[in-house]
This record gives sequence, C-alpha cells and structure tokens, in this order.
Amino acid sequence: MAGRAKLVAQGLAVAAVVALLGLLVWKIAFDRSGGAAAELERGESPAAPLFLLKRLDREGMLSLADLRGKGVVLNFWASWCVPCKDEAPLLEEAWQQHRRRGLVVIGVDAQDFEGDARRFMKRFGITYPVVYDGKGSTLGRYGITGFPETYFVDRQGNLVGERIAGGLDSERNRERFAAGIELALRRGAMHDAAASQGP
Amino acid sequence: MRLAAVGLVLAAALAIAAAAAAADRPSPADLEAELVCPTCKTTLDQSDAPVARRMKAYIRERIAAGASADEIKADLVAQFGRGVLAEPPKEGFDLLAWVLPLAGVVLGAVLVGALAWSWSRGREPPAGPVEAPLDAELERRVDEELARYDG
Repeated sequence: MAGRAKLVAQGLAVAAVVALLGLLVWKIAFDRSGGAAAELERGESPAAPLFLLKRLDREGMLSLADLRGKGVVLNFWASWCVPCKDEAPLLEEAWQQHRRRGLVVIGVDAQDFEGDARRFMKRFGITYPVVYDGKGSTLGRYGITGFPETYFVDRQGNLVGERIAGGLDSERNRERFAAGIELALRRGAMHDAAASQGP
Repeated sequence: MRLAAVGLVLAAALAIAAAAAAADRPSPADLEAELVCPTCKTTLDQSDAPVARRMKAYIRERIAAGASADEIKADLVAQFGRGVLAEPPKEGFDLLAWVLPLAGVVLGAVLVGALAWSWSRGREPPAGPVEAPLDAELERRVDEELARYDG
C-alpha cells in the first residue's frame, strides 16, 4: 500500500514537472506579451487589435472595425502626460490636412480621468475623434510601454509603418510620422486592381 | 448669565460634532496605501508617477468635499478599473482570491500529512521471525533424539 502511494506521489511530481516544462515551452513559442508592437518590430504587419470604446468628442461608441477602408493614425495619450500636450497640435494638423484623403486620427485616452481628458481636448482644440479607455484595456494588446505612442493602421486594418514611442516632434520623427500616414492611406493591391479596371 | 451658559453648551456640542466628523473622515494616507498606481503598479503612497500624483490630488479633493473612503474608491474603480484596488474586495467572485490560497495551503497540508502517514506505516519494523511448524516426521525424530538424550 505504502509503495503504491509513493509511486502515485512520484508520478504526480513528474507530471507537475512535465506540465511546468510544457508551460515554459508554450510561453517561449507563443509569447505575445509584447502585443502588436512586438510583431510590428519583427517586421510583421499584424491586424490592429480591435476595440469598441466610448467617445469623448461626442456621444456614442467608436469601433475600430468600422474604420476598415480608411487609413488610421492611432495615438495613445493621457492628460497627465507632458509630451502629449506638445504633440496635440501636430495630430490636429495631420487630421485637418489628410482627412479628405480618407485619414482618421483617433486619440485613445487611457489610464486617465475622463474629466481631465475632456478639459485637455478643449484646451488644445482637439477636433479628431477621441475614445476613453480609463482601464487601459487596449494597452496590453498593442504593447504600449508609455505615453504617448502612435501607430498607423492601413485600410485593411493592419498595423503598418513604425510605431512612434514618445512624443511626435516636427524635427525628430517628422519623416516617420509622414511615412506612417502614407502607408496607412495606401490602397491595397486588390483595391488597386479593381479600381484600374474601372466600371 | 443663562445666555452665556447656553452658548457654551452649544459651542461644546458643535465642537464634539466637528470632532466626530473629523474622526469619520478618511485619511489620505490610508487611502493611498489601499490604492494602486495604474502605470507603475505600486501603491500610491510609494509612487511619484504623474498619474499617481493626480490620483492623490483627486483623493484630497474628494475628502475635502466630504466623500467617504468607499465612495472615493468606487469613483477610482469606475475611472481606472478594479486594478487600482491594492486588495481585491472580499465579496463576489473576488472572494476567490482570498479563499483559494487558504484552500491551497489546507489541501497541501492534508496531502503532506496523508503521504507522511502512509510512508511511516510502510516503514514499520517487520515482525519477529515466525517459527514454521515442524512436519510430523521431523517432530517424531526430534522426540526420539531427545528421549535418547534424556535416557
């Protein structure tokens, strides 16, 4: 009886070790802790993680999925973040300049007081759509490491270009920002083929 | 004279009421130890992150406005999610966070006890040698030898 119990205990211990090893292998093979940013940095073009969040610029909700067919600049910010204040005019300028070409600038206000965010928008004259993610539910999926961060989503809903971590600056990363906008607005191959055939 | 006495009593009553209200008022230090900064994941009293500083200011504003500790926590949970609570609430699904570790410790203790008991039984010293009965022929020969020896 004692021998059998010992055998069962040994079996359980071996099973636990095997399970832990399995978890380790799974973690290494399928680690997505860096979110979409990690895939983007590996040169991939992952689908932009979708969200459905409350709008701050007007009543209602905004779904990223509904913007399929448009180029999107996604800017993660918070009212307590200093560089976010500096870059706000640049984002507004980009929105005004490219919106007729099909660009949408979306501000994602995260880990912030909703009232503070509204005051920030008013103070800096933000007219582009802003959604509220106080709980930060989107941050992990995108791999946000700080505020602000900016991503570019093409018309097919994939992340393109380079993620810009830190404030947008007219000198430091102007070219990356402009390139990201162009990539986001670029028409897909299927769309181009259809357009060239004409009606 | 009578008017002065009434005034004194009223002043004392007001002072007692004010002291009672102050005693009920939550302390910023207590709340800052019970709430977590959403960006750095440490309690507010340990954090100097911008969002933590803003949350501390908010706590003071709300206390000054007469809000209770529970109301302030509920407001912050509504804005930042349940992750701002340093300890999960002891109710509903969150109760599992308190119960499961205790259940794990108890289960582990029971398991270790059962195994120890089982192994200790397996190691009991074996009983002394058992004398096998002699067969009839051998017993007869032993009796004969003993009788010859005695004789």
